[in-house]
Amino acid sequence: MSELRELYQEIILDHNKSPRNFGKLECVTTSQEGYNPLCGDHLYVHLRLEENRIEGVSFEGSGCAISKASASLMTVAIQGKSVAEAERLFEDFHSMVMADVAEPVDETKLGKMAIFSGVREFPMRVKCATLAWHAMKSAISGDENPVSTE
Amino acid sequence: MSLLEESMVSTVSFDVERVRRDFPVLQEQIRGKELVYLDNAATTQKPLKVADALQRYYTNENANIHRGVHLLSQQATSSYERARGTVGHFLNATEPEEIVFLRGATEAVNLVAHGYGRQHVGSGDEIIVSQMEHHSNIVPWQVLCEERGATLRVAPINDAGEILLEEYEELLSERTKIVAITHASNALGTVNPVRKMVNMAHKFGAVVLIDGAQGVPHMSVDVREIGCDFYVFSGHKLFAPTGIGVLYGKKPLLNAMPPWETGGGMIQRVSFEHGTTYADVPMRFEAGTPHIAGAIGLAAAIDYINSIGPKVIADYEDKLLRYVTEQLEEVDGIKLIGTAKEKVGVVSFIMDDAHPHDIGTILDTEGIAVRAGHHCAQPLMQFYNVPATVRASLAFYNTRAEMDALVTGIRKVQEVFK
Repeated sequence: MSELRELYQEIILDHNKSPRNFGKLECVTTSQEGYNPLCGDHLYVHLRLEENRIEGVSFEGSGCAISKASASLMTVAIQGKSVAEAERLFEDFHSMVMADVAEPVDETKLGKMAIFSGVREFPMRVKCATLAWHAMKSAISGDENPVSTE
Repeated sequence: MSLLEESMVSTVSFDVERVRRDFPVLQEQIRGKELVYLDNAATTQKPLKVADALQRYYTNENANIHRGVHLLSQQATSSYERARGTVGHFLNATEPEEIVFLRGATEAVNLVAHGYGRQHVGSGDEIIVSQMEHHSNIVPWQVLCEERGATLRVAPINDAGEILLEEYEELLSERTKIVAITHASNALGTVNPVRKMVNMAHKFGAVVLIDGAQGVPHMSVDVREIGCDFYVFSGHKLFAPTGIGVLYGKKPLLNAMPPWETGGGMIQRVSFEHGTTYADVPMRFEAGTPHIAGAIGLAAAIDYINSIGPKVIADYEDKLLRYVTEQLEEVDGIKLIGTAKEKVGVVSFIMDDAHPHDIGTILDTEGIAVRAGHHCAQPLMQFYNVPATVRASLAFYNTRAEMDALVTGIRKVQEVFK
């Protein structure tokens, strides 16, 4: 049960129930689709980039609690950040969820996103947690193809 | 077996605890909890008899089959061919030569699509599948249709997950060359009226392939009674090793099919001057060294099933299915997907507040192994307008206590997501 509480923390359940920045965004400059065919998580990340800064971000779609909460928390975390900062956060987040369970989590770097370290106990769920992040990164780099985390 | 003998067998009481001892994995702990294995439609556990048969073959009897002059090779050959006989008998085929050993049901469907399909399906022809097919019984036909300029038609289902027979009959015509239907749905559990469907298709001269991947593990199958032209299944869903599967085909149909993979083992004579002639069926379709151990393991699995009795298994599983269905129906916020009258032990469901993947993870922390996803049946998920379902699939070694554990686990999910 402790692993479970570690994964489904209140904040994750809260963001699943009431996702922040959910829906369409005004004056979108770039969007990306993310799809995890394995479990059917399907979302879009919308960005408004101005002079290499994320002036607006939102997401929409459907998926499991982990993918939705991760997307929601991501939008909060990258709002107003520079593209370079968002990319760094992606790297930090990605390294954290891919790391060995025993590896300590650097909360100063990751902030609230550190709560996703619980997915390391459930490797099948890492793809859920990273879906929105991959879509965000791909949107920034202007890839044309939707991202898939299968 | 006489009717009297059969009724005696089916009244023999079934001791599930004794059977469970034949499956050591069922005594394993998962995340500190007793394993409750409810992912049998994905793959079944293997009884000791199967593991022993593999061990014995690799440890004491290993040799390549056919053409070996030495004794060990002869013994391996006869074990392999005996396995073919065991499978033939299990399906009530007319003769063992109607059994082709392949990698699995997927390869078997592909072989028929390639071998029979390319010869008989042309521009303007039609192939019929159903809305509930597994991707393995959709994609090979889609590819064939694209290649030949044919059309894939889809037999519709009702909300309970049953094929609409009248609509199916209306789809049939002189243009129909192949009907490919699952015996039992991996995602819903629905058992299709295959015998009736075969009869209907035969009136129009179409051949029928039955995907028996979820049929053979749960009921006794008689291909002659069904009347199908092809029947396919995978060993690993029948308590046997992975990598071994079966194509049953009526002998004249197999005889008329060209080879698929070519090479050693499937030839009669090879010559640079005079070309190559091919072996008779079934060896024509078994190029290269086959999965000898797999075939031996499959025969051991079938012997094991026969020692319990397919009828005893079907009766026991049916009771278990009814029990768990009733229990789940009492849980608020659960919607069962697939409520056909005739079902094998599969329960698919969704829940109001929790996504199937989250349910799967939470059940996993309770040691309960279920599947969450589209079950390789995306068109079916589209029909029900759900991205995924949770699927608990049963085998004869599951117990009522495990069904209770599932329900308790689901209540835990509701607690987390309340």
